[in-house]
Amino acid sequence: MAAIEQAERELPAVPPAADHGNGAHDTHTGVVNPKLGMWLFLSSDCLFFGAFISTFLLYRDRGNQKGPTPADVFNIPFTSVTSFILLMSSLTMVLALSSIQRGEMRRFRIWIMATALFGATFIGGQIFEFTEFTRQGLNLDTSTFGSSFYVLTGLHGAHVTVGIVWLISLWGLAMQGRMTQADSERIEVAGLYWHFVDVVWIVIFTVIYLIPK
Amino acid sequence: MSTFTETAPLAPPRPLILRRPKSTTGFSSWFTTVDHKKIAIMYGGTALAFFVVGGIEALLIRLQLAGPNGTVLTASQYNTMFTMHGTTMVFLVGMPLAVAFGNYFIPLQIGARDVAFPRLNMFGYWVVLFGGLFIYSGFLFGGAPNGGWFGYAPLTSSPLSTGTLPGHGPDFWVAGIVLLGIGSTSAAINFIVTVLNMRAPGMTLMRMPVFTWMMLVVAFLTLFAMPIVTSAMIMVFFDRNFDTTFFLASQGGDPLLYQHLFWLFGHPEVYILILPGMGIVSEVLPVYSRKPLFGYSVVVFSGIAIGFLGWGVWAHHMFATGLGPVAISAFGLSTMLIAIPTGVKIFNWLGTVYGGAVKLTTAMLFSLGFIAMFTLGGLSGVLHSIVPSDTQQTDTYFVVAHFHYVLFGGLIFGVFSGFFYWWPKIFGRMLDERMGKLTFWAMLIGFNLTFFPMHIVGLVGMPRRTYTYEPGYGWDMLNLLETIGAFVIALATLLFLVNVIYTARRGPIASSDPWDGRSLEWSISSPPPEYNFADVPRVEARDDWWHRKYTEDADGRLVHLPAGGAVDDAEAEVAIVDDAHAGHGIHMPSPSFYPLVVAAGLPFLGYAAVFLNPWFLVPGLVLILFGVYAWGLEPGTEPGTEH
Ligand code: HEM
Ligand SMILES: [Cu+2]
Repeated sequence: MAAIEQAERELPAVPPAADHGNGAHDTHTGVVNPKLGMWLFLSSDCLFFGAFISTFLLYRDRGNQKGPTPADVFNIPFTSVTSFILLMSSLTMVLALSSIQRGEMRRFRIWIMATALFGATFIGGQIFEFTEFTRQGLNLDTSTFGSSFYVLTGLHGAHVTVGIVWLISLWGLAMQGRMTQADSERIEVAGLYWHFVDVVWIVIFTVIYLIPK
Repeated sequence: MSTFTETAPLAPPRPLILRRPKSTTGFSSWFTTVDHKKIAIMYGGTALAFFVVGGIEALLIRLQLAGPNGTVLTASQYNTMFTMHGTTMVFLVGMPLAVAFGNYFIPLQIGARDVAFPRLNMFGYWVVLFGGLFIYSGFLFGGAPNGGWFGYAPLTSSPLSTGTLPGHGPDFWVAGIVLLGIGSTSAAINFIVTVLNMRAPGMTLMRMPVFTWMMLVVAFLTLFAMPIVTSAMIMVFFDRNFDTTFFLASQGGDPLLYQHLFWLFGHPEVYILILPGMGIVSEVLPVYSRKPLFGYSVVVFSGIAIGFLGWGVWAHHMFATGLGPVAISAFGLSTMLIAIPTGVKIFNWLGTVYGGAVKLTTAMLFSLGFIAMFTLGGLSGVLHSIVPSDTQQTDTYFVVAHFHYVLFGGLIFGVFSGFFYWWPKIFGRMLDERMGKLTFWAMLIGFNLTFFPMHIVGLVGMPRRTYTYEPGYGWDMLNLLETIGAFVIALATLLFLVNVIYTARRGPIASSDPWDGRSLEWSISSPPPEYNFADVPRVEARDDWWHRKYTEDADGRLVHLPAGGAVDDAEAEVAIVDDAHAGHGIHMPSPSFYPLVVAAGLPFLGYAAVFLNPWFLVPGLVLILFGVYAWGLEPGTEPGTEH
């Protein structure tokens, strides 16, 4: 084993950082780890939705359009209202965050619950819409428009649902007194997710409902 | 906010349903550990096990093709074999091996005590393991995947009722890839946050070792590639089970859409597999050439360039699909373009070795082998970027030869180089060099014996994915050679495993810096303590550790510094004493059950998707919700666990 010269000599020591590295753990980016992690996850999710949005655009006017077309089924005023409610939930989320940051736990509980309820209203609207559309003959397997519409909006709805479960858990913790001002960072991370889901809906709503053929 | 805990402790603390695991040693600790180094070893061991499985599948393929009219496998078994071989090698060997090395060495190379999300790290490992077992469980439950590792729709997406692939093969594949995507995305997020946020003071980005750099690029590629293939998998799932028609041309769907989505993932995936190897080689060559890496910044930037360009070339996998002349010319050109940063890197590696005091250790041999094999694979790759010649070679063994030169040459040679280079650091024992060199030569010879003739049989027309052939095409001899070569590779792998087992007891104990290394991992003991660095280092240069050992004398020659280096001896002495006796009050995250609990819930969702049976959802969702909730409430570090 000639090649391995086990270095027997003493090795120098690397000088420690000023505080021995045990004190303040500032991050290099200035963004704390959980938030940066959430940003990265959401950037990944952007591509996920991007793929489905592109698919929808490719398919909506294509191929066999048996069954209803977008113009036949969409009820734009109705969807605008539920979209507006979802948007408002971003506002209540901001209020929830600023409440907990100031330590006003009662307000925090109210706003976080309001956010979850707005989200649930949106989901309720989506369920209504889906049943209405199927009643008019647009099913998952009716046409490529139907497939790509239901899968895209359904996956968004799944994201919203996960968000609602998350918000209600946070509310439950706050009710038990296990959530304090010190935990505001966790609310911030949940808020990032919630705002993202809202923003994605704005894009989806515009692409699916508003951009004319 | 402490960087070492994922969540701030909650008030008032209350015992959770599972008692917090205490032990950090012994068998049971492996299930709950959050130590990035232990998790890395688990990733590595799992990947090696799958490498053996994927290798056995390759041997079966080669046995079947050893001569004309082979009868080892039936046609449909053959489909399963090449599908599982490709899927295993890509998702269960290549990616986990990269994560193994990244997990172990990114924190050490940037002078960090831990990764950013220790429990997420553990979660990712279990998801990968369960995802792999899930796919393989298809063998037991109605069909292993059989639609190729690219799972082209509509072959895989035809409805179950009328499908061309009977059984549940594609269902297991689709759900398995989604699971594995969850695992690799967790790892990617963890790596990026660790590198961006947790570097030691003075460790600027341009002082980072190249391996860490390449892993950063890989993490970004993974982060953006996995969601795309996940979307394609979801569409296939709906097509199979709910009669949607995303990819069914007769119903207005578009099979090309699948290929776009798949290769938009698939091409970056190739770089996800190769860049870690490039990173390892860039660490190994300077150490055994006793020279700094030639053109460090060029190597880094060409790595980043490859990361970007990798997104613009996916359609070169689709030249034969009739995309239209403009599209294929553009993709042909962009594909040639990507050869430039790759070529630049090869030039830099050669520049590093050139004129160096080269020591031909096993690790060095594997790195040189990497350069040679990868160059050959790259050259045949350029041939593919020429559209007319690609049209000729598509789906022949020429392509199989090309991508094995790139993947085997780039991934496996790189990884073996990394094994021999870093083994002493990880396990505190040296691998046997004589056996190692034998492993290298056997692998190099076996490799070329297997894959070089594939170029020729490909050019004379042997199509890939055919399970048998008639005699008389002039393929017989070459195929026999390939099969013999494959067994030589298997022998080489076996020899490596023998080496591992043999040296586990008898290998010489490794010092902290056996190779006279350059980067920070060599500044701490082998194996490193749980907290890595008793004192987080202050970094002053690229190759910081090297500069602490050497200085230039008056004539510009490198001379070794006396012990203690540039720092005050007495001070270093104090630090060591401190470390041994008083402890540093270092808080490391405590072990946890919950990553395992959450991960265990995921395969149930997979089975629910495969069998369209909602009852599987119940245990799955219970485990996931309970696990996530408890995970969220559990403090990252239990108080009173100082080192
Ligand atoms: C022991 C060494 C290996 C041998 C003998 C071997 C052999 C083969 C053969 C003969 C095929 C072609 C099957 C066909 O087209 O009918 C194949 C396919 C493939 N191999 Fe390997 N291979 C080896 C190692 C690897 C490694 C290390 C990787 C990647 C890291 C890899 C990745 C693939 C992929 C992606 C395919 C395509 C599978 C498909 O068409 O679905 N192989 N291999
Ligand atoms: Cu490619």
